Amino acid sequence: MKLRFPTILRLLVFALLIVFLIRPEWFASVFRPLTENNAPAIYNQGSLLTLTLLHLRTVAIATAGATVVAIALAILVTRPIGAEFLPLSRSLVNIGQTFPPVAVLALAVPAVGFGEKPTLIALFLYGLLPIFENSLTGLTTLPPTVTDAARGVGMTGWQRLIKVELPLAMPIILAGIRLSVVINLATATIGSTVAAKTLGEVIIAGLQSNNLAFVLQGGLIVGILAVMIYDGMSAIEKFIAKRTGLVQQT
Amino acid sequence: MRLDKLGVVIAVITGYAVTVAPFATFRANRIVAGEPQTLLNSLPAWAGPTLLAIIGIAVLIGLFRTPATFRLAASFAALIALFLLIGLAAEHLTPANNTYARVSPASGFWLLLFAFALLAADALTRLQPTPLMRIIVLVLAGAFIGGVLASGSWDKLSILKEYGARADSFWTEAGKHITLTIGSLVAAVLVGIPLGVLCHRVQKLRAIVLNVLNIVQTIPSIALFGILIAPLGWIAAHVPGAAEIGIKGIGMAPAFVALFLYSLLPVVANTVVGLAGVPSGANDAARGVGMTERQRLFKVEFPLAFPVILTGVRIVLVQNIGLATIAALIGGGGFGVFVFQGIGQTAMDLVLLGAVPTVLLAFAAATILDAAVELSSPSHSRTSA
Repeated sequence: MKLRFPTILRLLVFALLIVFLIRPEWFASVFRPLTENNAPAIYNQGSLLTLTLLHLRTVAIATAGATVVAIALAILVTRPIGAEFLPLSRSLVNIGQTFPPVAVLALAVPAVGFGEKPTLIALFLYGLLPIFENSLTGLTTLPPTVTDAARGVGMTGWQRLIKVELPLAMPIILAGIRLSVVINLATATIGSTVAAKTLGEVIIAGLQSNNLAFVLQGGLIVGILAVMIYDGMSAIEKFIAKRTGLVQQT
Repeated sequence: MRLDKLGVVIAVITGYAVTVAPFATFRANRIVAGEPQTLLNSLPAWAGPTLLAIIGIAVLIGLFRTPATFRLAASFAALIALFLLIGLAAEHLTPANNTYARVSPASGFWLLLFAFALLAADALTRLQPTPLMRIIVLVLAGAFIGGVLASGSWDKLSILKEYGARADSFWTEAGKHITLTIGSLVAAVLVGIPLGVLCHRVQKLRAIVLNVLNIVQTIPSIALFGILIAPLGWIAAHVPGAAEIGIKGIGMAPAFVALFLYSLLPVVANTVVGLAGVPSGANDAARGVGMTERQRLFKVEFPLAFPVILTGVRIVLVQNIGLATIAALIGGGGFGVFVFQGIGQTAMDLVLLGAVPTVLLAFAAATILDAAVELSSPSHSRTSA
């Protein structure tokens, strides 16, 4: 594989992020000009690495849950047994996307209390929609010749789903998961307003103490993570699409 | 008669909501833990059974395969009964002359609301209303809620007591919320559409602009709001006249700029996609009849790309209404003020006072713009594709 400039740039940024997370104090002089009155230049109320890992864990758990439920629901409403729910589920996806994440987060607090739980609920619900929408698109826009052929060779409904429909819909479903992860990475920061341990804590600490260095650190880490995960997942999608032969078939 | 599958789901939810879940919560004051009250306990002797009867009939209509109009009427009747009687429950549960006591809807009420909203959404989806009909339904629903609010029958509800305590600031924050949302949208349209046209014409620019805007979208909103405090503070201090027109490091200015930046991607991307989707035949024909570049842009490309651009505007508007709540964290105002105050005081009614208008606003904006997009699409005005 030939390394091109964008790939090298990404590897560099990734290396820089790792170094920053392990040894943030090395970068103190970079952030110093952003502080006033001798305020600390590097977040000092906890480890940036721990917060980053907790942030990623929260997003991973919520997205994993959302993926399983969304794909299961999409499969259900595209089978004959759940076909009655198909139009309604489409409208619900539309309505659900109008709910602001802050509102979902705040309304989850009375039900489950402060901390990680309301954040997980909000991220789960918010992550559900893009995956469900894409799974639905993927499963309902399969070329009829393919499904007919599968039926023609005597595959059962279950076999058609596992061997034909899901593999063909996989690239679109993966694109939905990618969208959901990127949205959730940013939304998880809001979770810190209800005391969840995420990188939002760094940003909020910066807002409260008027320390721009903190705000920038938290924001940069989340932004870089989002771009890298987006790129990484796009690469995986391309790989899978190539393997299933979806690229050549135009 | 055959059973309707969604009807079964709704029957299960309502069954749980009326038998197990509490209908309303009574609290001796604003922040103590509440005592759950059952549906029959919460309402006067005549009203409880009446509500149960209306719910029962609506569930039965939903349970069997009935025409969609029936189902719609049944769900609306149940929703109206719920809305009217929750106010009555608050009046019934609040002891006379007690201004500290709070009554709020509990999980049973919310589940019933959800169940019948589901039935209504399903019936509406089956009826496939025209865009105009959808707007009429929206206006009627808005008028109904406005009427109930004006009649004062909800005044004893906890969320309206929170409103009563801060009615002035509610409307100030509402104004700020809408100014932020619409203002940043207008700015994004004015900048984004020309930028989109430029990206459409200049291939090299397209990748750069869209990549940069994509990266902006990945910055968490609270961080972007925070990061903008510094440059705007600097401008306010160093550019003459900037402070006079309201540019400040904290407050609405950074919130406005952040919302504007988030709005650019959908507007630019949809303009590019819309223009790219203009059939080359239409462009050739325009060139053939001797149109200038400018005429071709305004008379051919824009009208054909309009529905796609409008879809971008819809995305931005709904997104901005939600994001504007975050502005409260940096002193930018908006409904988020109540949400975050409520979280801070663990006063959930105050959270609702901020969250409910935000959700309603976003929902109304989505409905209206979806209808507008559909009305402007060629498939709507012409039958041939």
